[in-house]
Amino acid sequence: MAWFKKTRTPIAATDKSSRVPEGLWVKCPGCAQIIYNKDLAANLSVCPKCGHHFRLSAIERIQSLFDGDWQEYDAGLVSTDPLGFTDTKPYRDRLRSTIAATGRKDAVIVGRGRIDGIDTMVAAMDYSFIGGSMGVVVGEKITRAIERAAADRIPVVVVCCSGGARMMEGALSLMQMAKISAALARLDRARLPYIAVLTDPTTGGVTASFAMLGDLNIAEPKALIGFAGPRVIEQTIRQKLPEGFQRSEFLLDHGFIDLVVDRREMKATLASALRFMGATGHPAAEPAVEPESAEAPGAPR
Amino acid sequence: MPPELLEFEEPIAVLLKEIEALGMLPATGPRDAEIASLRRRIESIRADLYRNLQPWQRVLVARHSSRPSTLDYVEMLFTGFTELHGDRRFADDHAIVTGFAWFHDQPVLVVGHQKGSDTKQKIYRNFGYARPEGYRKALRTMRLAEKFNRPVFVFVDTPAAYPGIESEERGVAEAIALNLREMVVLDVPVIVVVSGEGGSGGALGIAIGDRVLMQEFAIYSVIPPEGCAAILWRDSGKKVEAAEALKLTAPDLLKMGIIDEIVPEPAGGAHTAPDEAARLLDAALARTLAEVGALAPDVRLNRRYEKFRNMGRLGTDFVDQGG
Ligand SMILES: [Zn+2]
Repeated sequence: MAWFKKTRTPIAATDKSSRVPEGLWVKCPGCAQIIYNKDLAANLSVCPKCGHHFRLSAIERIQSLFDGDWQEYDAGLVSTDPLGFTDTKPYRDRLRSTIAATGRKDAVIVGRGRIDGIDTMVAAMDYSFIGGSMGVVVGEKITRAIERAAADRIPVVVVCCSGGARMMEGALSLMQMAKISAALARLDRARLPYIAVLTDPTTGGVTASFAMLGDLNIAEPKALIGFAGPRVIEQTIRQKLPEGFQRSEFLLDHGFIDLVVDRREMKATLASALRFMGATGHPAAEPAVEPESAEAPGAPR
Repeated sequence: MPPELLEFEEPIAVLLKEIEALGMLPATGPRDAEIASLRRRIESIRADLYRNLQPWQRVLVARHSSRPSTLDYVEMLFTGFTELHGDRRFADDHAIVTGFAWFHDQPVLVVGHQKGSDTKQKIYRNFGYARPEGYRKALRTMRLAEKFNRPVFVFVDTPAAYPGIESEERGVAEAIALNLREMVVLDVPVIVVVSGEGGSGGALGIAIGDRVLMQEFAIYSVIPPEGCAAILWRDSGKKVEAAEALKLTAPDLLKMGIIDEIVPEPAGGAHTAPDEAARLLDAALARTLAEVGALAPDVRLNRRYEKFRNMGRLGTDFVDQGG
């Protein structure tokens, strides 16, 4: 099995694909205030003034959830460009340059670690890799994550951040929706916890499969969540969409989201939900994670 | 051009005009012989065209408004059909029809998209764009079939799930997602036929089964070629190129392992000879049902899982370069 150990590093210190712009200062799109970049990074990329959630990279996301060390799985999976797809440029070239720019081989990272002491499999999607789109590698990695978790009887958390299926892998991309959902059916029947975390944006085939199948569907505030993109809908109905349409709070109102949770409370909320679902963590037996777990549940950061 | 003909069938339109002109003349032996010869010529041109259909041309054939629909096949392949309505939650969606019927004297459930052929029907059927209620009705009736141990036949023919405000409000994504998860464990034989347009998630939302058959000129795609062209080429006029790039034809999908079998169509497409199309489909469905029905339930369900599990193959579609 191809996995290796990663050691925890300070959030946002290493990843150049972070959505927090480089430089010392950043202007918040939520409140237009100027924020010191370090303050933002120390606050899980949430604006300390207005609570605007900047987008996290997959690695930042994973680090924001696990207590300490975690193991990455299947980091070496890479698409072969199965269709030989070319639009204005070959998909092969697009893949190569994205891999070079992001240092990742596709749009999801799968890791196993502890969330407040609870042994958990986490898959986190990365929008900076071709819009977080789902092709065969994303489908395979998430499916393997679910199958491993089912075999070891541990919970699964998938953090969604994706424009949907990856067009350049054609119907194979579409089929990843079926593949992941099939694995989730088995996890469900095995009565193991699955939590979907929906972040900005979660649309298309990702929404119409694993993002909506959580025992809990938890969204970050004001995330765009939907099946059809807003532009497609506007073209269909030939009118402007109402303010707040397809945002987390809209889905909460319509009954498709269990709760909307601020990123700074996400880890504590997940831990609490997983405990409700019967997962047990043993922080005391794990000296490496003890300092984390002591402050985690509900603690202000 | 006559409305029945597609843009690439222009050579046929020319000959049809000649026949029409001859028809105005007094009936004589030579005239009738000439007409018969022109008709043979049309059949031969049609056969040539359809033997070499390009991907975009297949898109046009798959969308042809006279292409046999789910309800057409219900009439030709099944007896005693009773339509069942509603999702018991909100409404009855008209873009997906469900009902029980008999297939070679065996009681079965039929589920399928319905586009509508004339203007009035098209509007009633929302052009085959199903709302969440359609997917929920499909799952409800499939669970009915499961309870009474009846096989399920699914006909797939939709441009997409309906991209409108009420679809989003009522959770079309959740409805499709739930079907994907539940159909894979539905404990009766499920046989899917992509009979027209397999339009992305809206198609997949009822297309999980033990076997996925596809009619020769049907298409199955992650996005319509026009949409793909608009996004990736920034020019929806590049739909012909997009149709080629997307590998949405039956032979392409068979190669990729996404479908199990191609069901042949009459030489000029199912719309030119619906009875013949139905006869070919009937043979494939009967054989497939016999094969799937003979499997022990746990074997059948394991194979269904593995079938979708293995879409995207190590060494072919992706490789492992190690940590
Ligand atoms: Zn702000």
